[in-house]
Amino acid sequence: MCASVKYGSRGPALIPRMKTKHRIYYITLFSVVLLGLIATGMFQFWPHSIESSAEWSLDRRSVHDAPLVRIPMSSPIPERGDLSCRMHTCFDVYRCGYNPKNKIKVYIYPLQRFVDEVGVPISSTGLSREYNDLLSAISDSDFYTDDVSRACLFIPSIDVLNQNSLRIRETAQALAMLPRWDKGMNHLLFNMLPGGPPDYNTALDVPRDRALLAGGGFSTWTYRQGYDVSIPVYSPLSAEVDLPERQPGPRRYFILSSQTAIHREYRVELERLKEENGEALLLLDKCSNLSQGLASVRKRCYKGQVYDYPQILQESSFCVVLRGARLGQATLSDVLQAGCVPVIMADSYILPFSEVLDWKRASVVIPEEKLPEMYTILKSIPHRQVEEMQRQARWFWEAYFSSMKAIGMTTLQIINDRIYPYAARTYEEWNNPPVVKWTSVNSPLFLPLIPPRSPGFTAVVLTYDRIESLFRVITEISKVPSLAKLLVVWNNQNKGPPEESLWPKVAVPLKVLRTKENKLSNRFFPFDEIETEAVLAIDDDIIMLTSDELQFGYEVWREFPDRLVGYPGRLHLWDHEMGKWKYESEWTNEVSMVLTGAAFYHKYFNYLYTYKMPGDIKNWVDAHMNCEDIAMNFLVANITGKAPIKVTPRKKFKCPECTAIDGLSLDQTHMVERSECINKFASVFGTMPLKVVEHRADPVLYKDDFPEKLKSFPNIGSL
Amino acid sequence: MQARKKYVLLGLCTCCWLLLYYWGGLQDRLLGLITHRRGEVARPWPNWLDRDLLPGYADQAELQNAGGPGDSPKQRRQSWAGIYKDSRCRMDTCFDFARCQGQSGFRVYIYPPEKGERVSESYRKILTSVTESRYFTSDPREACLFVLGIDTLDRDQLSTQFVPNMDERIRGYPLWNDGRNHVIFNLYSGTWPNYTEDLGFNVGQAILAKASLNTEHFRPGFDISIPLFSKEHPQKGGERGWLVRNTVPPRRKYLLMFKGKRYLTGIGSDTRNALHHIHNGKDIVSLTTCRHGKDWEKHKDARCDHDNQEYERFDYQELLHNSTFCLVPRGRRLGSFRFLESLQAACIPVLLSNGWELPFSDVIQWNQAVVEGDERLLLQVPSTVRAVGIDRVLALRQRTQMLWEAYFSSVDKIVLTTLEIIKDRVYSHISRNKFMWNALPGGLLVLPEYSTHLAHYPFYYLNLGISPSQEFTAVIHATSPLVSQSQPIMKLLQVVSKSKYCSQIIILWNSEKPPPHRSKWPPMPVPLIITDGRRKTSSRFLPHAAIETEAVLSLDEDTVLLTSEINFAFHVWRSFPERIVGYPPRSHFWDPVKKAWGYTSKWTNEYSIVLTGAAFYHRYYHHLFSHYLPSSLRALVDRTSNCEDILMNFLVSSVTHLPPIKVAQRKQYKEMPTLQGTKMAPWANPEHFTQRQECVNTFASWFGYMPLVHSQFRLDPVLFKDHVSVLRKRYKDLERV
Repeated sequence: MCASVKYGSRGPALIPRMKTKHRIYYITLFSVVLLGLIATGMFQFWPHSIESSAEWSLDRRSVHDAPLVRIPMSSPIPERGDLSCRMHTCFDVYRCGYNPKNKIKVYIYPLQRFVDEVGVPISSTGLSREYNDLLSAISDSDFYTDDVSRACLFIPSIDVLNQNSLRIRETAQALAMLPRWDKGMNHLLFNMLPGGPPDYNTALDVPRDRALLAGGGFSTWTYRQGYDVSIPVYSPLSAEVDLPERQPGPRRYFILSSQTAIHREYRVELERLKEENGEALLLLDKCSNLSQGLASVRKRCYKGQVYDYPQILQESSFCVVLRGARLGQATLSDVLQAGCVPVIMADSYILPFSEVLDWKRASVVIPEEKLPEMYTILKSIPHRQVEEMQRQARWFWEAYFSSMKAIGMTTLQIINDRIYPYAARTYEEWNNPPVVKWTSVNSPLFLPLIPPRSPGFTAVVLTYDRIESLFRVITEISKVPSLAKLLVVWNNQNKGPPEESLWPKVAVPLKVLRTKENKLSNRFFPFDEIETEAVLAIDDDIIMLTSDELQFGYEVWREFPDRLVGYPGRLHLWDHEMGKWKYESEWTNEVSMVLTGAAFYHKYFNYLYTYKMPGDIKNWVDAHMNCEDIAMNFLVANITGKAPIKVTPRKKFKCPECTAIDGLSLDQTHMVERSECINKFASVFGTMPLKVVEHRADPVLYKDDFPEKLKSFPNIGSL
Repeated sequence: MQARKKYVLLGLCTCCWLLLYYWGGLQDRLLGLITHRRGEVARPWPNWLDRDLLPGYADQAELQNAGGPGDSPKQRRQSWAGIYKDSRCRMDTCFDFARCQGQSGFRVYIYPPEKGERVSESYRKILTSVTESRYFTSDPREACLFVLGIDTLDRDQLSTQFVPNMDERIRGYPLWNDGRNHVIFNLYSGTWPNYTEDLGFNVGQAILAKASLNTEHFRPGFDISIPLFSKEHPQKGGERGWLVRNTVPPRRKYLLMFKGKRYLTGIGSDTRNALHHIHNGKDIVSLTTCRHGKDWEKHKDARCDHDNQEYERFDYQELLHNSTFCLVPRGRRLGSFRFLESLQAACIPVLLSNGWELPFSDVIQWNQAVVEGDERLLLQVPSTVRAVGIDRVLALRQRTQMLWEAYFSSVDKIVLTTLEIIKDRVYSHISRNKFMWNALPGGLLVLPEYSTHLAHYPFYYLNLGISPSQEFTAVIHATSPLVSQSQPIMKLLQVVSKSKYCSQIIILWNSEKPPPHRSKWPPMPVPLIITDGRRKTSSRFLPHAAIETEAVLSLDEDTVLLTSEINFAFHVWRSFPERIVGYPPRSHFWDPVKKAWGYTSKWTNEYSIVLTGAAFYHRYYHHLFSHYLPSSLRALVDRTSNCEDILMNFLVSSVTHLPPIKVAQRKQYKEMPTLQGTKMAPWANPEHFTQRQECVNTFASWFGYMPLVHSQFRLDPVLFKDHVSVLRKRYKDLERV
């Protein structure tokens, strides 16, 4: 359109210079074109013009444009919430169905303004900023669906966050008018301030049939465990004030009380504590002399001295969170944000998200009765634990309290975990702050088991074409009592393996597996032929290992089934001059890797290596034809957090005359390449997972003055 | 001409451009029409124009609301007790905390059995467990918790073990007090046909420790759900789980199995009657039989005969061993024996028991060990379990074993867990967090009185991503009086204090003579503390407050060690902080002739004990030794002045399920007694040795099994006795030993 207008505007200036014949010709041409365009345009826009204009304004609408709904006086009122409701009785799980992503679908009702018959709205505030934030966060998330027929959970757009602004009866009627209400089944209501004067119920008073309630301030008598979700009371200060995270550690004050409306009885007791313990306590209250207004919200006073709130919270190790008329307190959120350990005194209170969060690691819960003993109780907590709690408190705020979005997503995730329990998030995922998640390990083989000797191990020999030495290795290994099976991974695509009759005769099954490509990773493939837990990876030139050494290695592996247990030990070092990692194979006093040229390990690590290796390490190894053993060491150390075990003093592996240390080769370029590998892998893993130890495993009677024939493993070479 | 061409070109370009623009738009429209066919669809929540003008949900005054001044918190708490009782009981309202605040702490009293009272096998075991626990008291005045002497396990009126007139009898107890501070154990409640949760008498404000609890009747934070166990369930020790190795891939022969009764009528029949639908005869075996009860043939339907035939073809035990998942559907009641059976068998339970409050659900995170199914979604179960990945199968399976061994393998454990959960509630600020309950070695072995901080325990370093500190405390056990400056202890002090990792030395003075004056001791670079051991052998493992480091080096006064040996052992210990790491190895063995355990100090190819005369371990084991073990075992140690080191090894191995670690070559850690010596060292006495044999057997019977595990290796320095220049070796001294 623009372009044609532009052209038109240029038209008149040009026309006089043209010949009339041409002028007519052009005018006709342009008219035709323009008409055609207009017609096309009309054709396109005409049938959908109403819809498209609606869409246009939908995003540019005011909340006041939402359709008005009049509630008839006689409109039905839902039943009061049923206290015996549980997921299996009041929740229609069929709506959620089997779902490969294990994610529930959430539908949000479009906004409507409900008014009663005389036109008075059901809520004095209407849609609040917080509820709007919550709903838009949900609609932006993976949970959201716009297809009402596929939804598993329904969220009304009726804001019930604060019961005080609601007309109870009319709100309930409005809920019942929702098209999919169906006795409140699968409906989720968010409420932060329940109850009203004088006795402040601990759950929303609006009758709501079977609807789930995400409530802030449940007591143990109103909370339906496993059905409702306890949520925090959102503090609007979270959005206003930016408190930078402080390092955990001792603070200026030990205990701080910052709430302005504490019951007289409690204040008396707190003041008594203050008298006893002096400076360690700081009791703040409203500022009486300041002018009322927004500023006073952010100020607290003690004996005329003015403090900034919530900044002052960062100056204390512990911060008191006492119940008010309601159990849930917005102060809890401020306290957590400040990284102050909350001391929660609200009997029968169900802590926010207590279904998944371990509050014992982030707070101290003290019965109200024991308020006088608070100081003694808190003093008995070790310093290091207080620091951990400070860190934990801040993490809870960041992840679960900081915004309406965080609160909403956590609530949905909790409900999601109930519906798909087999895909639920773990304790560690919920509770460990990122720092801990990064450094801690949860080994996949965590159960302390010493597997029985009898299944034995499977030896996997990687070979290319060194047949003579391969046969020697096979003959040597076959003498080991616990050998269960021999697998030869034939990595040479150009040449087939020798005929069966040429192979050494061994007592155990021997199988040759031909590979499609000459890749080093082939040796770590979790072949179905490996039926034992223990795998012995061995190169085709490791001829020096005695059967005693191998059997002993297997015995040691049985005691460390989650580690690499091998013979050639290596070390990584930090090169201060170069500022990077260095590979070391010289005679060292320490070990951080064992080479898989001769090592026992659990078959599970084959699976991890093949399918779960981080980054592009696997391809990198195959492309460079090197460092598959270092990659394996990184993988195992990273997932178990443990060092490998070097067994026996053995240093020579290929021939008696060889130099003491014989890796693949000794030349300088090899060492440089290996160092590069370590640096590359460390950057892919984002950390250096390898652990350095100073020990190796020897038989109990190694080098002892004891009859050789009585030793279980007499033939342990000294080099 | 040129101009004309120009304009024609320009005109055509414009036309094309416009056409394309429109046409493209049209296609979008059409696409839009196709995909968004439903006209009245809701769109994502709109981005309101006036969203910044929206009011906040509450103002500050509202958020800080303290309520009216008249509502006194004290009065409110008092009035609660009147309102929230019986079915609404909570610890706050129905439990008398004052009873537990006395000097004696948490104590449990059992009502004495009445004459002629018959108690079932299972209840007898429960009572024995309480009696032998460290919380038992025979004095009701100091008790915090009461256990009835009357058998309440089976409250099925049709059962032979049903005890009538419960209400009357209980009311006769002067201490009953409407059930306050009482715990009532129950396995079966209700009877045919409804099997209600009613116990047939008024439990009042007593805590229910009950099997098959329904979430609706469960009083959260008050009642405790316990597992259903059979009367053959062992009193103590208990069988280990059946998982001996983690095969990869972890799938077993069958994916999912069930073998059990099919109910044709009555409660629970909805689920049981449908189980046969998922049977496919290949990897899913779901077998049901109608043949149960007296009159099964009366209700018999068309499936029965065929099902009964199929049923006989498979053996339950064999299925348990060879199945990855085991269906655990509800029976008449919500819980079943099957639950513990599959837990032990490492067959991951797939629960179909809606509303069942799982055993010890207060503290155990069950979703990490079982698959919680939904009775309504039985037909989805096969696809659900098929979708569980191999990592998760491995993790779930190992967790079944961990939980089985920590909480369920014996009646002792079940009862003790129940008591510990109540104790954690009573002393809530000195209690275990969820992590302690769910990580190895389990909550029963974590005593929160020691510390509530995870980093203070030897088990959690890896989970927390930290490592033990670089310091240790040496504790020297001195029994002989100080007479000369050349005594072994003097030499030992020098050697130990030279270690750069040593931060303090404690001498535990256990001699008949009073400890010598401070000046008699040589000057030390580290603090030297002398503590009085009161001549008790067990005092060497008292949790001395003076020990500030995580690592303890335990030494006898005549131990001979080199500084570098100490340093090396300490390095090794930092890699294995949960084990005993030390020098003198010993071994146990089963003597088939005597049918008893034997103890040997001979040099052998394996060991299962490392004596604490020269060993590192975590200081937490001092606390466990003094508070977890029964006083009877400590008394034995004190009486004989012997075996304390064996007991420590039993304790640590029972916690870790792993052997101790022997370091380096030294075995003889004491100088041989010289002929001139007038007094023989106690350990050279043959009687001393017989005593140790007896100790091993006494300890094994208390633990209920033999916790010691053999190991075949020792840990040497990497270059130990290698043919390389000694200058390269960090621990060259070790080779001279």
